[in-house]
Amino acid sequence: MSDLNNLTIAEARDKLRAGDTTAVELTEACLSAIDAADALGAFVHKTPEIALERAKAADARIQAGDAPAMCGIPVGIKDLFCTKGVASQAASGILEGFKPEYESTVSQKLADDGAVMLGKLNMDEFAMGSSNETSVYGNAVNPWRRGNDDAALTPGGSSGGSASAVAADLCLAATGTDTGGSIRQPAAFTGIVGLKPTYGRCSRWGIVAFASSLDQAGPMTKTVRDAAIMGTAMMGHDPKDSTSADLPVPDFEAMLTGDIKGKKIGIPAEYRMDGMPEEIEKLWHDGAEMLKDAGAEIVDITLPHTKYALPAYYVVAPAEASSNLARYDGVRYGHRAKLAQGDGIVQMYEKTRAEGFGPEVKRRVMIGTYVLSAGFYDAYYNRARKVRALIKKDFEDVFAAGVDAILTPATPSAAFGLGEMADADPVQMYLNDVFTVTVNLAGLPGISVPAGLDKQGLPLGLQLIGRPWEEGDLLNTAYALEAAAGFVSKPVKWW
Amino acid sequence: MSIDIDTARKVAHLARIAVDEADLPALAGELSQILTFMEQLNEVDVEGVEPMTSVTPMRLKRRDDVVTDGGYQDQILSNAPDAREGFFAVPKVVE
Repeated sequence: MSDLNNLTIAEARDKLRAGDTTAVELTEACLSAIDAADALGAFVHKTPEIALERAKAADARIQAGDAPAMCGIPVGIKDLFCTKGVASQAASGILEGFKPEYESTVSQKLADDGAVMLGKLNMDEFAMGSSNETSVYGNAVNPWRRGNDDAALTPGGSSGGSASAVAADLCLAATGTDTGGSIRQPAAFTGIVGLKPTYGRCSRWGIVAFASSLDQAGPMTKTVRDAAIMGTAMMGHDPKDSTSADLPVPDFEAMLTGDIKGKKIGIPAEYRMDGMPEEIEKLWHDGAEMLKDAGAEIVDITLPHTKYALPAYYVVAPAEASSNLARYDGVRYGHRAKLAQGDGIVQMYEKTRAEGFGPEVKRRVMIGTYVLSAGFYDAYYNRARKVRALIKKDFEDVFAAGVDAILTPATPSAAFGLGEMADADPVQMYLNDVFTVTVNLAGLPGISVPAGLDKQGLPLGLQLIGRPWEEGDLLNTAYALEAAAGFVSKPVKWW
Repeated sequence: MSIDIDTARKVAHLARIAVDEADLPALAGELSQILTFMEQLNEVDVEGVEPMTSVTPMRLKRRDDVVTDGGYQDQILSNAPDAREGFFAVPKVVE
Protein backbone atom coordinates (compact mmCIF):
# COMPACT_ATOMS: atom_id res chain seq x y z
CA MET A 1 0.00 0.00 0.00
CA SER A 2 1.26 3.46 -0.83
CA ASP A 3 1.94 5.99 1.89
CA LEU A 4 -1.30 7.18 3.39
CA ASN A 5 -0.36 10.86 3.08
CA ASN A 6 -0.30 10.43 -0.73
CA LEU A 7 -4.02 9.65 -0.83
CA THR A 8 -6.68 11.96 -2.22
CA ILE A 9 -9.61 12.96 -0.03
CA ALA A 10 -11.94 10.65 -1.97
CA GLU A 11 -9.58 7.66 -1.64
CA ALA A 12 -9.02 8.28 2.07
CA ARG A 13 -12.74 8.69 2.73
CA ASP A 14 -13.47 5.37 1.03
CA LYS A 15 -10.71 3.58 2.95
CA LEU A 16 -11.86 5.08 6.23
CA ARG A 17 -15.43 4.02 5.63
CA ALA A 18 -14.35 0.53 4.57
CA GLY A 19 -12.26 0.20 7.72
CA ASP A 20 -9.03 -0.21 5.69
CA THR A 21 -7.32 2.55 7.64
CA THR A 22 -8.01 4.93 10.50
CA ALA A 23 -7.95 8.70 10.83
CA VAL A 24 -5.17 8.31 13.41
CA GLU A 25 -3.01 6.34 10.94
CA LEU A 26 -3.68 8.89 8.20
CA THR A 27 -2.85 11.74 10.55
CA GLU A 28 0.36 10.10 11.78
CA ALA A 29 1.48 9.57 8.18
CA CYS A 30 0.95 13.28 7.46
CA LEU A 31 2.64 14.40 10.68
CA SER A 32 5.74 12.34 9.79
CA ALA A 33 5.74 13.77 6.27
CA ILE A 34 5.49 17.29 7.71
CA ASP A 35 8.35 16.74 10.14
CA ALA A 36 10.54 15.53 7.28
CA ALA A 37 9.70 18.53 5.10
CA ASP A 38 10.91 21.58 7.02
CA ALA A 39 12.97 22.48 3.94
CA LEU A 40 9.72 23.35 2.16
CA GLY A 41 8.79 25.97 4.75
CA ALA A 42 5.13 25.07 4.27
CA PHE A 43 3.91 24.40 7.82
CA VAL A 44 4.76 27.34 10.07
CA HIS A 45 2.79 26.32 13.16
CA LYS A 46 2.39 22.57 13.68
CA THR A 47 -0.48 21.31 15.80
CA PRO A 48 0.13 17.56 16.26
CA GLU A 49 -1.75 17.34 19.59
CA ILE A 50 -4.88 18.93 18.15
CA ALA A 51 -4.55 16.74 15.07
CA LEU A 52 -4.35 13.46 16.99
CA GLU A 53 -7.17 14.44 19.30
CA ARG A 54 -9.42 15.27 16.33
CA ALA A 55 -8.34 12.11 14.52
CA LYS A 56 -9.40 9.97 17.48
CA ALA A 57 -12.76 11.73 17.59
CA ALA A 58 -13.13 11.21 13.84
CA ASP A 59 -12.43 7.50 14.16
CA ALA A 60 -15.15 7.20 16.78
CA ARG A 61 -17.55 9.02 14.50
CA ILE A 62 -16.68 6.87 11.49
CA GLN A 63 -17.22 3.73 13.56
CA ALA A 64 -20.60 5.03 14.65
CA GLY A 65 -21.49 5.32 10.97
CA ASP A 66 -22.17 9.06 11.13
CA ALA A 67 -19.32 10.50 9.11
CA PRO A 68 -19.42 13.33 6.56
CA ALA A 69 -16.97 13.04 3.66
CA MET A 70 -14.33 15.23 5.34
CA CYS A 71 -14.39 13.22 8.58
CA GLY A 72 -10.89 12.08 9.49
CA ILE A 73 -9.27 13.89 6.54
CA PRO A 74 -6.00 15.63 7.56
CA VAL A 75 -5.81 19.17 6.17
CA GLY A 76 -3.60 22.22 6.50
CA ILE A 77 -5.04 25.66 7.25
CA LYS A 78 -3.62 28.84 5.74
CA ASP A 79 -2.25 31.19 8.42
CA LEU A 80 -4.85 33.79 7.36
CA PHE A 81 -7.63 31.81 9.08
CA CYS A 82 -8.14 32.50 12.77
CA THR A 83 -7.92 29.23 14.67
CA LYS A 84 -8.85 29.20 18.34
CA GLY A 85 -5.86 29.03 20.66
CA VAL A 86 -3.45 28.50 17.74
CA ALA A 87 -1.14 31.21 16.40
CA SER A 88 -2.81 33.05 13.49
CA GLN A 89 -0.46 35.68 12.16
CA ALA A 90 -1.29 36.20 8.49
CA ALA A 91 2.49 35.70 8.12
CA SER A 92 3.00 39.17 9.59
CA GLY A 93 5.26 40.40 12.35
CA ILE A 94 2.51 42.69 13.53
CA LEU A 95 0.43 39.70 14.67
CA GLU A 96 3.36 38.07 16.49
CA GLY A 97 2.01 36.08 19.41
CA PHE A 98 -1.66 36.52 18.45
CA LYS A 99 -3.77 33.54 19.47
CA PRO A 100 -7.43 34.10 18.60
CA GLU A 101 -10.14 33.36 21.12
CA TYR A 102 -12.38 32.25 18.27
CA GLU A 103 -12.40 30.05 15.16
CA SER A 104 -13.07 31.23 11.59
CA THR A 105 -16.37 29.99 10.16
CA VAL A 106 -14.69 28.05 7.35
CA SER A 107 -12.22 26.22 9.60
CA GLN A 108 -15.05 25.58 12.07
CA LYS A 109 -17.21 24.07 9.32
CA LEU A 110 -14.34 21.76 8.37
CA ALA A 111 -13.83 20.83 12.03
CA ASP A 112 -17.57 20.22 12.44
CA ASP A 113 -17.38 17.73 9.57
CA GLY A 114 -14.54 15.96 11.36
CA ALA A 115 -11.59 17.25 9.31
CA VAL A 116 -8.25 17.06 11.14
CA MET A 117 -6.16 20.26 11.34
CA LEU A 118 -2.44 19.47 11.05
CA GLY A 119 -1.23 23.05 11.47
CA LYS A 120 -0.98 26.48 9.89
CA LEU A 121 0.46 27.13 6.47
CA ASN A 122 2.88 29.73 5.16
CA MET A 123 1.69 32.56 2.91
CA ASP A 124 2.59 36.06 1.76
CA GLU A 125 2.17 38.66 4.50
CA PHE A 126 -1.54 39.57 4.71
CA ALA A 127 -1.92 37.63 1.43
CA MET A 128 -0.09 40.41 -0.43
CA GLY A 129 2.24 38.75 -2.88
CA SER A 130 2.53 36.23 -5.67
CA SER A 131 5.63 34.30 -4.58
CA ASN A 132 5.37 33.71 -0.81
CA GLU A 133 8.49 35.87 -0.41
CA THR A 134 6.85 38.53 1.76
CA SER A 135 6.21 36.16 4.68
CA VAL A 136 7.64 36.92 8.13
CA TYR A 137 8.35 33.18 8.43
CA GLY A 138 10.61 33.12 5.37
CA ASN A 139 9.90 31.58 1.98
CA ALA A 140 7.75 28.59 1.27
CA VAL A 141 9.47 26.47 -1.38
CA ASN A 142 7.99 24.67 -4.37
CA PRO A 143 8.52 20.89 -4.22
CA TRP A 144 8.99 21.01 -8.02
CA ARG A 145 12.39 21.81 -9.54
CA ARG A 146 13.55 22.51 -13.08
CA GLY A 147 15.01 19.28 -14.45
CA ASN A 148 18.19 18.54 -12.53
CA ASP A 149 18.66 22.14 -11.46
CA ASP A 150 18.41 22.42 -7.69
CA ALA A 151 17.54 26.13 -7.63
CA ALA A 152 14.66 26.75 -5.21
CA LEU A 153 11.46 27.85 -6.96
CA THR A 154 8.50 29.75 -5.64
CA PRO A 155 5.30 27.80 -4.97
CA GLY A 156 3.45 30.99 -5.93
CA GLY A 157 1.43 33.14 -3.63
CA SER A 158 -0.18 34.15 -1.60
CA SER A 159 -1.30 30.62 -0.64
CA GLY A 160 2.23 29.29 -1.24
CA GLY A 161 2.45 27.13 1.88
CA SER A 162 -0.91 25.54 1.08
CA ALA A 163 0.19 24.74 -2.47
CA SER A 164 3.58 23.39 -1.43
CA ALA A 165 2.07 21.21 1.31
CA VAL A 166 -0.58 19.65 -0.94
CA ALA A 167 1.82 19.10 -3.86
CA ALA A 168 4.36 17.46 -1.54
CA ASP A 169 1.71 15.21 0.05
CA LEU A 170 2.20 16.68 3.53
CA CYS A 171 -1.58 16.84 3.85
CA LEU A 172 -4.49 15.62 1.76
CA ALA A 173 -5.76 19.13 1.09
CA ALA A 174 -5.50 22.69 2.37
CA THR A 175 -7.51 25.85 2.68
CA GLY A 176 -6.47 28.86 0.65
CA THR A 177 -7.79 32.36 0.06
CA ASP A 178 -7.89 34.25 -3.21
CA THR A 179 -8.07 38.03 -3.57
CA GLY A 180 -6.44 38.38 -7.00
CA GLY A 181 -5.34 34.83 -7.81
CA SER A 182 -3.85 33.61 -4.52
CA ILE A 183 -5.43 30.15 -4.78
CA ARG A 184 -5.25 29.60 -8.54
CA GLN A 185 -1.72 30.87 -9.27
CA PRO A 186 0.01 28.75 -6.58
CA ALA A 187 -2.13 25.75 -7.58
CA ALA A 188 -0.91 26.16 -11.18
CA PHE A 189 2.73 26.53 -10.04
CA THR A 190 2.60 23.28 -8.06
CA GLY A 191 0.45 21.00 -10.23
CA ILE A 192 -2.62 20.89 -7.99
CA VAL A 193 -6.26 22.01 -8.21
CA GLY A 194 -7.37 25.34 -6.71
CA LEU A 195 -10.96 26.58 -6.61
CA LYS A 196 -11.97 30.18 -5.91
CA PRO A 197 -15.73 30.11 -5.30
CA THR A 198 -18.20 32.86 -6.20
CA TYR A 199 -17.84 35.88 -3.91
CA GLY A 200 -20.14 35.22 -0.96
CA ARG A 201 -20.00 31.40 -1.07
CA CYS A 202 -17.53 31.02 1.81
CA SER A 203 -17.96 33.10 4.92
CA ARG A 204 -15.15 35.60 5.43
CA TRP A 205 -15.78 35.67 9.18
CA GLY A 206 -12.58 35.01 11.11
CA ILE A 207 -10.37 35.25 8.03
CA VAL A 208 -7.90 38.12 8.38
CA ALA A 209 -9.20 40.72 5.92
CA PHE A 210 -7.10 41.98 3.00
CA ALA A 211 -9.56 43.45 0.47
CA SER A 212 -13.05 42.63 1.68
CA SER A 213 -14.87 43.01 -1.65
CA LEU A 214 -12.46 40.58 -3.33
CA ASP A 215 -11.37 38.05 -0.66
CA GLN A 216 -12.76 34.56 -0.95
CA ALA A 217 -11.67 31.27 0.64
CA GLY A 218 -11.52 27.99 -1.24
CA PRO A 219 -10.07 24.48 -1.33
CA MET A 220 -6.62 23.51 -2.68
CA THR A 221 -6.59 19.82 -3.47
CA LYS A 222 -4.95 17.05 -5.49
CA THR A 223 -7.97 16.44 -7.75
CA VAL A 224 -11.13 18.14 -8.99
CA ARG A 225 -13.21 15.56 -7.13
CA ASP A 226 -11.48 16.56 -3.89
CA ALA A 227 -12.15 20.25 -4.61
CA ALA A 228 -15.84 19.34 -4.99
CA ILE A 229 -15.88 17.42 -1.70
CA MET A 230 -13.96 20.00 0.31
CA GLY A 231 -15.74 22.91 -1.37
CA THR A 232 -19.13 21.56 -0.30
CA ALA A 233 -17.84 21.40 3.29
CA MET A 234 -16.39 24.94 3.29
CA MET A 235 -19.24 26.86 1.69
CA GLY A 236 -22.58 27.95 3.10
CA HIS A 237 -24.45 30.87 4.57
CA ASP A 238 -23.14 32.49 7.74
CA PRO A 239 -25.11 35.18 9.59
CA LYS A 240 -21.77 36.51 10.90
CA ASP A 241 -20.74 37.66 7.39
CA SER A 242 -23.23 40.11 5.90
CA THR A 243 -21.94 39.39 2.38
CA SER A 244 -22.33 35.63 2.77
CA ALA A 245 -24.87 34.25 0.29
CA ASP A 246 -28.02 32.67 1.68
CA LEU A 247 -28.18 30.02 -1.02
CA PRO A 248 -28.18 26.25 -0.70
CA VAL A 249 -24.83 24.55 -1.40
CA PRO A 250 -25.33 21.50 -3.60
CA ASP A 251 -23.39 18.26 -3.27
CA PHE A 252 -20.78 19.20 -5.87
CA GLU A 253 -19.29 15.72 -6.01
CA ALA A 254 -22.63 14.30 -7.14
CA MET A 255 -22.54 16.77 -10.06
CA LEU A 256 -19.30 15.33 -11.48
CA THR A 257 -20.56 13.36 -14.44
CA GLY A 258 -17.80 14.33 -16.85
CA ASP A 259 -20.49 14.94 -19.45
CA ILE A 260 -19.99 18.37 -21.03
CA LYS A 261 -21.70 17.69 -24.35
CA GLY A 262 -23.17 20.86 -25.81
CA LYS A 263 -21.51 23.15 -23.25
CA LYS A 264 -20.29 26.41 -24.72
CA ILE A 265 -16.70 27.23 -23.76
CA GLY A 266 -15.47 30.75 -24.50
CA ILE A 267 -11.90 31.59 -25.50
CA PRO A 268 -11.28 35.29 -24.78
CA ALA A 269 -9.15 37.06 -27.38
CA GLU A 270 -7.79 39.56 -24.83
CA TYR A 271 -6.02 36.85 -22.83
CA ARG A 272 -3.60 36.28 -25.71
CA MET A 273 -0.81 38.49 -24.40
CA ASP A 274 2.21 39.79 -26.24
CA GLY A 275 5.27 37.82 -25.27
CA MET A 276 3.30 34.92 -23.83
CA PRO A 277 5.52 31.82 -23.79
CA GLU A 278 4.76 29.45 -26.65
CA GLU A 279 4.24 26.59 -24.21
CA ILE A 280 1.42 28.43 -22.46
CA GLU A 281 -0.17 29.27 -25.79
CA LYS A 282 0.03 25.61 -26.82
CA LEU A 283 -1.34 24.39 -23.50
CA TRP A 284 -4.30 26.72 -23.89
CA HIS A 285 -4.93 25.53 -27.44
CA ASP A 286 -4.63 21.88 -26.39
CA GLY A 287 -7.03 22.46 -23.50
CA ALA A 288 -9.63 23.86 -25.88
CA GLU A 289 -9.17 20.84 -28.16
CA MET A 290 -9.65 18.49 -25.22
CA LEU A 291 -12.91 20.15 -24.23
CA LYS A 292 -14.04 20.05 -27.86
CA ASP A 293 -13.25 16.34 -28.09
CA ALA A 294 -15.35 15.87 -24.94
CA GLY A 295 -18.31 17.35 -26.79
CA ALA A 296 -18.13 21.03 -25.87
CA GLU A 297 -18.55 23.80 -28.38
CA ILE A 298 -15.60 26.21 -28.47
CA VAL A 299 -16.46 29.83 -29.25
CA ASP A 300 -14.30 32.92 -29.58
CA ILE A 301 -15.37 35.64 -27.18
CA THR A 302 -14.25 39.12 -26.29
CA LEU A 303 -13.81 40.65 -22.83
CA PRO A 304 -12.82 44.16 -23.94
CA HIS A 305 -11.83 45.65 -20.57
CA THR A 306 -9.43 42.86 -19.57
CA LYS A 307 -6.40 45.09 -20.00
CA TYR A 308 -7.64 47.41 -17.27
CA ALA A 309 -8.27 44.71 -14.69
CA LEU A 310 -4.80 44.82 -13.13
CA PRO A 311 -4.61 48.60 -12.71
CA ALA A 312 -8.18 48.64 -11.35
CA TYR A 313 -7.29 45.86 -8.95
CA TYR A 314 -4.19 47.69 -7.75
CA VAL A 315 -6.36 50.65 -6.82
CA VAL A 316 -9.29 48.80 -5.25
CA ALA A 317 -7.34 46.17 -3.30
CA PRO A 318 -4.82 48.55 -1.64
CA ALA A 319 -7.63 51.01 -0.87
CA GLU A 320 -9.56 48.34 0.99
CA ALA A 321 -6.35 47.04 2.58
CA SER A 322 -5.39 50.46 3.90
CA SER A 323 -8.75 50.61 5.63
CA ASN A 324 -8.74 46.99 6.88
CA LEU A 325 -5.17 47.17 8.16
CA ALA A 326 -5.84 50.34 10.14
CA ARG A 327 -6.83 48.00 12.99
CA TYR A 328 -3.18 47.02 13.57
CA ASP A 329 -2.33 49.84 15.91
CA GLY A 330 -0.57 48.11 18.78
CA VAL A 331 -3.52 48.54 21.13
CA ARG A 332 -5.68 45.43 21.07
CA TYR A 333 -3.47 42.59 19.82
CA GLY A 334 -0.13 41.77 18.31
CA HIS A 335 3.06 43.77 18.30
CA ARG A 336 3.56 47.11 20.05
CA ALA A 337 6.80 49.04 19.52
CA LYS A 338 8.97 50.01 22.48
CA LEU A 339 8.50 53.71 22.98
CA ALA A 340 11.06 56.40 23.73
CA GLN A 341 10.72 58.92 26.51
CA GLY A 342 8.01 61.41 25.61
CA ASP A 343 6.49 59.37 22.77
CA GLY A 344 2.73 59.78 22.53
CA ILE A 345 0.05 57.67 20.94
CA VAL A 346 0.81 58.80 17.38
CA GLN A 347 4.44 57.69 17.74
CA MET A 348 3.17 54.41 19.13
CA TYR A 349 1.03 53.85 16.03
CA GLU A 350 3.76 54.91 13.61
CA LYS A 351 6.57 52.93 15.19
CA THR A 352 4.41 49.84 15.76
CA ARG A 353 3.29 49.76 12.13
CA ALA A 354 6.79 50.52 10.80
CA GLU A 355 8.22 47.59 12.79
CA GLY A 356 5.33 45.19 12.31
CA PHE A 357 4.59 45.45 8.58
CA GLY A 358 6.91 44.26 5.83
CA PRO A 359 7.85 46.40 2.80
CA GLU A 360 5.14 45.15 0.40
CA VAL A 361 2.38 45.62 2.97
CA LYS A 362 3.61 49.12 3.77
CA ARG A 363 3.70 49.95 0.08
CA ARG A 364 0.12 48.80 -0.48
CA VAL A 365 -1.21 50.49 2.64
CA MET A 366 0.39 53.76 1.52
CA ILE A 367 -0.89 53.43 -2.06
CA GLY A 368 -4.34 52.73 -0.67
CA THR A 369 -4.09 55.71 1.64
CA TYR A 370 -3.07 57.90 -1.29
CA VAL A 371 -5.86 56.85 -3.65
CA LEU A 372 -8.44 57.39 -0.91
CA SER A 373 -7.06 60.75 0.18
CA ALA A 374 -8.84 64.04 -0.41
CA GLY A 375 -8.44 65.21 -3.99
CA PHE A 376 -7.55 61.80 -5.41
CA TYR A 377 -10.57 59.73 -4.39
CA ASP A 378 -12.47 60.45 -7.61
CA ALA A 379 -9.48 60.29 -9.92
CA TYR A 380 -8.33 56.89 -8.70
CA TYR A 381 -10.72 55.04 -6.42
CA ASN A 382 -14.03 55.97 -8.02
CA ARG A 383 -12.63 55.57 -11.50
CA ALA A 384 -11.34 52.10 -10.60
CA ARG A 385 -14.76 51.14 -9.24
CA LYS A 386 -16.34 52.25 -12.51
CA VAL A 387 -13.85 50.23 -14.52
CA ARG A 388 -14.61 47.30 -12.25
CA ALA A 389 -18.30 47.61 -13.15
CA LEU A 390 -17.33 47.48 -16.84
CA ILE A 391 -15.16 44.40 -16.31
CA LYS A 392 -18.06 42.65 -14.62
CA LYS A 393 -20.37 43.65 -17.47
CA ASP A 394 -17.96 42.10 -20.01
CA PHE A 395 -18.52 38.74 -18.31
CA GLU A 396 -22.27 39.25 -17.96
CA ASP A 397 -22.56 39.92 -21.70
CA VAL A 398 -20.66 36.75 -22.53
CA PHE A 399 -22.72 34.62 -20.17
CA ALA A 400 -25.94 36.20 -21.50
CA ALA A 401 -24.84 35.08 -24.97
CA GLY A 402 -24.95 31.48 -23.76
CA VAL A 403 -21.34 30.81 -22.77
CA ASP A 404 -21.14 28.28 -19.90
CA ALA A 405 -17.48 28.64 -18.99
CA ILE A 406 -14.36 30.47 -20.12
CA LEU A 407 -10.99 28.79 -20.67
CA THR A 408 -7.76 30.74 -20.12
CA PRO A 409 -4.19 30.03 -18.99
CA ALA A 410 -3.90 30.21 -15.19
CA THR A 411 -0.57 32.05 -15.18
CA PRO A 412 1.66 33.80 -17.72
CA SER A 413 4.62 31.52 -16.85
CA ALA A 414 5.65 28.44 -14.89
CA ALA A 415 7.03 28.84 -11.36
CA PHE A 416 10.00 31.19 -11.22
CA GLY A 417 13.01 31.08 -8.94
CA LEU A 418 12.88 32.46 -5.41
CA GLY A 419 14.73 35.76 -5.43
CA GLU A 420 14.53 36.02 -9.22
CA MET A 421 12.15 38.97 -9.04
CA ALA A 422 14.04 40.74 -6.26
CA ASP A 423 15.29 43.50 -8.56
CA ALA A 424 12.07 43.85 -10.53
CA ASP A 425 9.82 46.79 -9.79
CA PRO A 426 6.60 45.98 -7.86
CA VAL A 427 4.48 46.18 -11.02
CA GLN A 428 6.43 43.28 -12.61
CA MET A 429 5.36 41.02 -9.74
CA TYR A 430 1.76 42.19 -10.08
CA LEU A 431 1.68 40.84 -13.66
CA ASN A 432 1.49 37.32 -12.21
CA ASP A 433 -2.19 37.97 -11.53
CA VAL A 434 -3.03 39.07 -15.07
CA PHE A 435 -5.26 36.07 -15.89
CA THR A 436 -6.80 35.59 -12.47
CA VAL A 437 -7.60 39.07 -11.17
CA THR A 438 -10.56 39.69 -13.50
CA VAL A 439 -12.41 36.85 -11.78
CA ASN A 440 -12.13 38.51 -8.35
CA LEU A 441 -13.18 41.88 -9.71
CA ALA A 442 -16.30 40.26 -11.20
CA GLY A 443 -16.96 38.04 -8.15
CA LEU A 444 -17.01 34.87 -10.28
CA PRO A 445 -15.95 31.31 -9.52
CA GLY A 446 -12.67 30.19 -11.08
CA ILE A 447 -10.64 26.99 -10.94
CA SER A 448 -7.08 26.14 -11.87
CA VAL A 449 -6.51 22.63 -13.18
CA PRO A 450 -3.03 21.14 -13.80
CA ALA A 451 -2.81 20.43 -17.52
CA GLY A 452 0.78 19.72 -18.48
CA LEU A 453 4.51 20.21 -17.95
CA ASP A 454 6.79 22.74 -19.59
CA LYS A 455 10.14 21.91 -21.23
CA GLN A 456 11.87 22.08 -17.86
CA GLY A 457 9.42 19.70 -16.27
CA LEU A 458 7.42 22.27 -14.34
CA PRO A 459 3.62 22.07 -14.06
CA LEU A 460 1.35 24.46 -15.94
CA GLY A 461 -2.29 25.10 -15.22
CA LEU A 462 -5.38 26.11 -17.13
CA GLN A 463 -8.12 28.23 -15.63
CA LEU A 464 -11.85 27.78 -16.12
CA ILE A 465 -14.16 30.65 -15.16
CA GLY A 466 -17.83 29.94 -14.47
CA ARG A 467 -21.15 31.68 -13.99
CA PRO A 468 -21.88 33.04 -10.52
CA TRP A 469 -23.11 30.37 -8.05
CA GLU A 470 -22.57 27.61 -10.61
CA GLU A 471 -19.51 26.00 -9.04
CA GLY A 472 -21.09 22.59 -9.66
CA ASP A 473 -21.18 23.07 -13.41
CA LEU A 474 -17.71 24.63 -13.35
CA LEU A 475 -16.29 21.71 -11.37
CA ASN A 476 -17.85 19.28 -13.83
CA THR A 477 -16.18 21.03 -16.77
CA ALA A 478 -12.90 21.03 -14.82
CA TYR A 479 -13.43 17.32 -14.15
CA ALA A 480 -13.71 16.66 -17.88
CA LEU A 481 -10.60 18.75 -18.56
CA GLU A 482 -8.67 16.95 -15.81
CA ALA A 483 -9.62 13.56 -17.24
CA ALA A 484 -8.60 14.58 -20.76
CA ALA A 485 -5.32 16.20 -19.68
CA GLY A 486 -4.42 13.14 -17.61
CA PHE A 487 -1.93 15.05 -15.46
CA VAL A 488 -0.41 12.53 -13.05
CA SER A 489 3.14 13.85 -12.56
CA LYS A 490 4.49 14.35 -9.08
CA PRO A 491 7.54 16.29 -7.96
CA VAL A 492 10.65 14.17 -7.37
CA LYS A 493 11.28 14.15 -3.63
CA TRP A 494 14.43 16.08 -2.66
CA TRP A 495 13.43 17.47 0.74
CA MET B 1 1.51 61.40 -11.79
CA SER B 2 4.71 61.40 -9.85
CA ILE B 3 4.94 61.62 -6.09
CA ASP B 4 7.52 63.94 -4.59
CA ILE B 5 9.24 63.51 -1.27
CA ASP B 6 6.86 65.82 0.58
CA THR B 7 3.85 63.86 -0.66
CA ALA B 8 5.51 60.57 0.30
CA ARG B 9 6.12 61.94 3.81
CA LYS B 10 2.50 63.05 4.05
CA VAL B 11 1.13 59.72 2.84
CA ALA B 12 3.32 57.81 5.30
CA HIS B 13 2.00 59.95 8.12
CA LEU B 14 -1.63 59.53 7.00
CA ALA B 15 -1.02 55.77 6.97
CA ARG B 16 0.59 56.03 10.42
CA ILE B 17 3.77 54.32 9.28
CA ALA B 18 7.09 55.81 10.40
CA VAL B 19 9.49 56.20 7.45
CA ASP B 20 13.06 57.46 7.88
CA GLU B 21 13.85 60.67 5.96
CA ALA B 22 16.61 58.76 4.15
CA ASP B 23 14.08 56.23 2.82
CA LEU B 24 11.61 58.79 1.47
CA PRO B 25 13.16 59.24 -2.02
CA ALA B 26 13.04 55.49 -2.73
CA LEU B 27 9.48 55.30 -1.40
CA ALA B 28 8.41 58.23 -3.57
CA GLY B 29 9.92 56.46 -6.59
CA GLU B 30 8.10 53.19 -5.92
CA LEU B 31 4.78 54.87 -5.30
CA SER B 32 5.18 56.89 -8.50
CA GLN B 33 5.86 53.72 -10.49
CA ILE B 34 2.69 52.10 -9.19
CA LEU B 35 0.62 55.22 -9.85
CA THR B 36 1.96 55.45 -13.39
CA PHE B 37 0.73 51.89 -13.91
CA MET B 38 -2.71 52.95 -12.64
CA GLU B 39 -2.85 55.89 -15.08
CA GLN B 40 -3.94 53.39 -17.76
CA LEU B 41 -7.40 53.66 -16.24
CA ASN B 42 -7.65 57.15 -17.74
CA GLU B 43 -7.95 55.55 -21.20
CA VAL B 44 -11.31 53.99 -20.31
CA ASP B 45 -14.54 55.79 -21.15
CA VAL B 46 -16.46 55.66 -17.86
CA GLU B 47 -19.07 58.24 -18.81
CA GLY B 48 -22.38 57.32 -17.20
CA VAL B 49 -20.99 54.23 -15.43
CA GLU B 50 -21.97 53.79 -11.78
CA PRO B 51 -19.07 52.87 -9.49
CA MET B 52 -19.48 49.31 -8.25
CA THR B 53 -20.61 49.07 -4.65
CA SER B 54 -21.35 45.36 -4.44
CA VAL B 55 -20.06 42.61 -6.70
CA THR B 56 -23.10 40.38 -6.21
CA PRO B 57 -26.58 41.85 -6.75
CA MET B 58 -27.71 40.80 -3.29
CA ARG B 59 -29.40 42.91 -0.71
CA LEU B 60 -27.46 42.84 2.54
CA LYS B 61 -29.23 40.89 5.26
CA ARG B 62 -30.82 42.74 8.12
CA ARG B 63 -31.46 41.54 11.62
CA ASP B 64 -33.16 42.88 14.69
CA ASP B 65 -31.12 45.55 16.44
CA VAL B 66 -30.56 43.62 19.63
CA VAL B 67 -27.52 42.45 21.58
CA THR B 68 -26.70 38.89 20.51
CA ASP B 69 -23.14 38.57 21.69
CA GLY B 70 -20.69 39.86 24.25
CA GLY B 71 -19.85 39.62 27.93
CA TYR B 72 -16.32 38.26 27.65
CA GLN B 73 -13.99 41.04 28.62
CA ASP B 74 -11.16 38.66 29.56
CA GLN B 75 -11.12 37.07 26.12
CA ILE B 76 -11.17 40.47 24.40
CA LEU B 77 -8.20 41.62 26.46
CA SER B 78 -6.26 38.36 26.34
CA ASN B 79 -4.13 39.38 23.33
CA ALA B 80 -3.55 43.00 24.32
CA PRO B 81 0.09 44.16 24.54
CA ASP B 82 -0.88 46.14 27.63
CA ALA B 83 -4.14 45.65 29.56
CA ARG B 84 -4.82 47.01 33.02
CA GLU B 85 -7.85 46.73 35.27
CA GLY B 86 -10.07 45.50 32.48
CA PHE B 87 -9.00 48.15 29.96
CA PHE B 88 -6.60 48.48 27.03
CA ALA B 89 -3.72 50.68 28.15
CA VAL B 90 -2.08 53.23 25.82
CA PRO B 91 0.38 56.11 26.25
CA LYS B 92 -1.07 59.29 27.64
CA VAL B 93 -3.41 60.88 25.05
CA VAL B 94 -4.45 64.08 26.84
CA GLU B 95 -1.96 66.35 28.58
